[in-house]
Amino acid sequence: MLAWTIYISFIGVLAVMLLPRGNPRPARIVALLTAIAGFGCAVGGFVQAQPGEKQTIVQVPWIPSLGIEYHLSADGISLVLVLLTGLAAIAGILFSWNIENRAKEFFAFYLALIGGVYGVFLSADLFLLFVFYELAIIPKYFLIAIWGSTRKEYGAMKLALYSFVGSAMVLIVLITAYVNAGMKTFDLNILAGASLPHQIWAFPVIFIGFAILAGLWPFHTWAPTGHVAAPTAASMLLAGVVMKLGAYGCLRVAMTLYRQGLVESWGFSVLGVGSWRELFSLLAVIGIVYGAMVALVQQDFKFVIGYSSVSHMGFVLLGLMTLNSLGLSGAVLQMFSHGIIAGLLFAIVGRMVYDRAHTRDLAQLQPMNLSRVLPFAAVTFIIASAASMGLPGFSGFVSELQVLIGAWKAFPTLSVVAGVGILVGVAYTLRALQKAFFSDQEPAPAGVVGNSGHVGELEPISVPERLGSILLIGASVVIGVYPDILLKFIVPACSAVLTGCSPTAGIPQ
Amino acid sequence: MSYLSILNLAAPETIMVMTALAVLAADLLFMRELERGTRQLIGAMIGCAGCLAAVAWMLVLPLPEPGSLMQGLFLVDPLIRIVKVALLALTIFTVLISMEADFTQHIGEYFALILFAAIGMMFLVSTEDILMIFISLELTSLSLYILTAFNKRNIKSAEAALKYFLFGGMAAAFTLFGLSLLYGISGSTNLAEIAKAVSGKSVNGLDPLLIAAIVLTVIGFGFKVAAVPFHLWAPDAYEGAPIPSAAFIASGSKVASFFVFAKVMMIGFKGAEGSGSLQAWMPGWVPTLAVVAAASMVLGNLAAIAQSSVRRLLAYSAIAHAGYVLLAVMAVPSPLAPHTSPLGPLVYYVITYGLTTLGAFAVVSNVQQRTGGDRLSDFAGLARRAPLLSFCMLIFMLSLAGIPPLAGFFGKFYVFTAALSSGGKSLGLLWLVILAVAMSAVSLYYYLLVLKQIYIMPSTDQDTPRPLSIGSQAIVFALAALVLILGCAPGLILEPVMSAIKVAGL
Repeated sequence: MLAWTIYISFIGVLAVMLLPRGNPRPARIVALLTAIAGFGCAVGGFVQAQPGEKQTIVQVPWIPSLGIEYHLSADGISLVLVLLTGLAAIAGILFSWNIENRAKEFFAFYLALIGGVYGVFLSADLFLLFVFYELAIIPKYFLIAIWGSTRKEYGAMKLALYSFVGSAMVLIVLITAYVNAGMKTFDLNILAGASLPHQIWAFPVIFIGFAILAGLWPFHTWAPTGHVAAPTAASMLLAGVVMKLGAYGCLRVAMTLYRQGLVESWGFSVLGVGSWRELFSLLAVIGIVYGAMVALVQQDFKFVIGYSSVSHMGFVLLGLMTLNSLGLSGAVLQMFSHGIIAGLLFAIVGRMVYDRAHTRDLAQLQPMNLSRVLPFAAVTFIIASAASMGLPGFSGFVSELQVLIGAWKAFPTLSVVAGVGILVGVAYTLRALQKAFFSDQEPAPAGVVGNSGHVGELEPISVPERLGSILLIGASVVIGVYPDILLKFIVPACSAVLTGCSPTAGIPQ
Repeated sequence: MSYLSILNLAAPETIMVMTALAVLAADLLFMRELERGTRQLIGAMIGCAGCLAAVAWMLVLPLPEPGSLMQGLFLVDPLIRIVKVALLALTIFTVLISMEADFTQHIGEYFALILFAAIGMMFLVSTEDILMIFISLELTSLSLYILTAFNKRNIKSAEAALKYFLFGGMAAAFTLFGLSLLYGISGSTNLAEIAKAVSGKSVNGLDPLLIAAIVLTVIGFGFKVAAVPFHLWAPDAYEGAPIPSAAFIASGSKVASFFVFAKVMMIGFKGAEGSGSLQAWMPGWVPTLAVVAAASMVLGNLAAIAQSSVRRLLAYSAIAHAGYVLLAVMAVPSPLAPHTSPLGPLVYYVITYGLTTLGAFAVVSNVQQRTGGDRLSDFAGLARRAPLLSFCMLIFMLSLAGIPPLAGFFGKFYVFTAALSSGGKSLGLLWLVILAVAMSAVSLYYYLLVLKQIYIMPSTDQDTPRPLSIGSQAIVFALAALVLILGCAPGLILEPVMSAIKVAGL
């Protein structure tokens, strides 16, 4: 069932490519149907799964002479992220309903990216995981470079090269691990357990390789430029799903392969930092505060959201570094929650505001009084920013609270600093909200608005946009009110990761 | 051994020689009056038929006793067969690409030369005797020089051929000198015999004579595979030669040269490996190649960034890829993993690389026919004009960059793994593998530049595009499909190669 999420996406790519050129409508519909079918499979797999079980979906030899297998499996963490991918895919297509230019290619690249992401979350064989991980790089490049806006070619190339450098670091470590283990298998549990000196150097290489994509400070700089340059659907996917690929890789691969390298002390300490765990948790907290601070002074509405993503992903990385069940499951829940909320925020900024007002500059948006012209956008943004600030009742509250409590147990000082990051988060969100939607200025004459045309003529919010917003808000609220739906899957899976051995059960289909 | 059994062993080569002569004769005797298109079609058909017959002979008929004539002068084993089949496949594609070429009136000669070059390559891979290696190397090279010069109307073609020839002649002299030193050391022309003498020489450090022999041989083969610092001919030859010739130099010639290069090093210089590990640097051929490989990867990748001609870009990318393949040559089997022979990754890599680069040249040929140039800007907006061709180019470029699930990715992965495993637990060549992976990250940049022109830039030419011929699209599409399939299912090449290596005992 779950494996079909991957296959359906790639079948969708083929189907879209084979459509006749010209009319964008069939491409949209096929893409939407594909995404819905993929989400359906994800939900189906989710419903069938038992909490705490690691189910093997497919396991067949792929390259027998090298011991490489086509092995898909899903535990609680994979299930949650697959669900997120399905949701984000549908929402992204709904919010790119207005793509007219080369729509066929757009949706083909889009679905290829989705297929790759599903693949990463479901792969159990490390080689396979890496294949899907790299597969996702190229569609991102084209999505941004062809359909993007501000400095799109620069942003796209930067994103592609950052991702590729990260995966090059991952590849080096994977090959050494494989060779060290005698070139017989890419099974995660067998590759783990290298000698300590090896772990000490290999852990940071592979962790940073993945964490580049998760927006770890100071390797985050691709994220704001990439998000800003990307078309709406692509930035929704980037923030919503692709950054989670990095965090997932950190958790599933780096921290499982080289646990000892993570916790073991270096034997000396620099400024109180004496192990990779302490260093990376420090970087994560810097990311939280730095991202929030920078978001506070941005003029471009999308940069505000872009830096807020860096800040929120800092919570994920901090949660991973706590190495306790609470923090870890908080991190996974935060991946889900941020995927939904960031997707929604980018949709509002990119699709609802920018496509209509043709500017994202907060100073230029101020005189437009968007709350009156686009009330739906304003309401959605209020809800989304409430969720993003972590108000109770939304998913962000549960996950960030969990991370903070987990961090309090592990690093009390750092968790206080991270708490400051939340406060700044409130500030930048309210600032953006106020400037973009609720400035008290009188409606300005058309001339002042500049090239954006008369404000009164903005087209109304369309049905697909409303559907997409409701979908994402609904998901955030449901998880915020009753997080146990996901947590009962996440917690046992995280404990399994922590204890190092995964409960293997289930029968291959 | 009777002549009949010799003929039986060398049947594919014999078929190819007869085909080459048939193509020449048919064109010269009967087709002078016909139109060029017809002559090209008939010539290509005869050529392809001959290649297919040779392939069929090797695939269908059971292997005659894995035999060797006159102590390794001419060998037949399953691995050599696989390489020969690959060479013939590349030849077929080259012939098909040349079918649309319009640079010459000498159709028969052109096809015959391609086939002669192919014959040279076939002999090159099926020998373990330095004399025979030199002769087949010369047969291949001479045919390729002429093929490079074949466009008499283009001054660049002449320039490229002259450069190629002068460098080639010099490199041949070096090779011959190196081989003669080897003969002097061992008193034999057989690689296995030479190895015995060599390992005797390298007990107390390396013999100066042996060092000279290693360096001179590496220079000769380094030229053939366009490794730095013997690469200077490559950009000019790739840019100036007629496209099918350039494609053949880049694909078939690379496959054969690398295969024999690895064999000479592995078998002939067995016992003089030395060590390329940074902690335990020891003179020998491995560190020599390590330096050459590192230089090729760095220079090739960095120089490719600055190119504005796609053919020059492909040339520098070829130099970089030569660096990667050299990693496989260096991967001497370690006691840790004795079952892994470096020839497995090497054969997979060069075959898939040959297919990919052939495809890329076929696309360039199509673009050049329409726009008259191969500048990056000539590719602008290609996705609009020729979606299928652009998609195939996407596959070729990404495969060269090493993006899964294309063949280039698995090739790189496999080569790097082999290189790393050669040092045993100490991971001696780790520095080189890190360099290679880093450099392939650099390479993504310039491959994306090509794709950026194709997919992102608006089209510059306003004319209504000439329709592409179905034939040329089919060739490109077939190559792209092969690259994708071999990437998704590497076992198709890997499993036969592995079992062949076991049989050959390498």
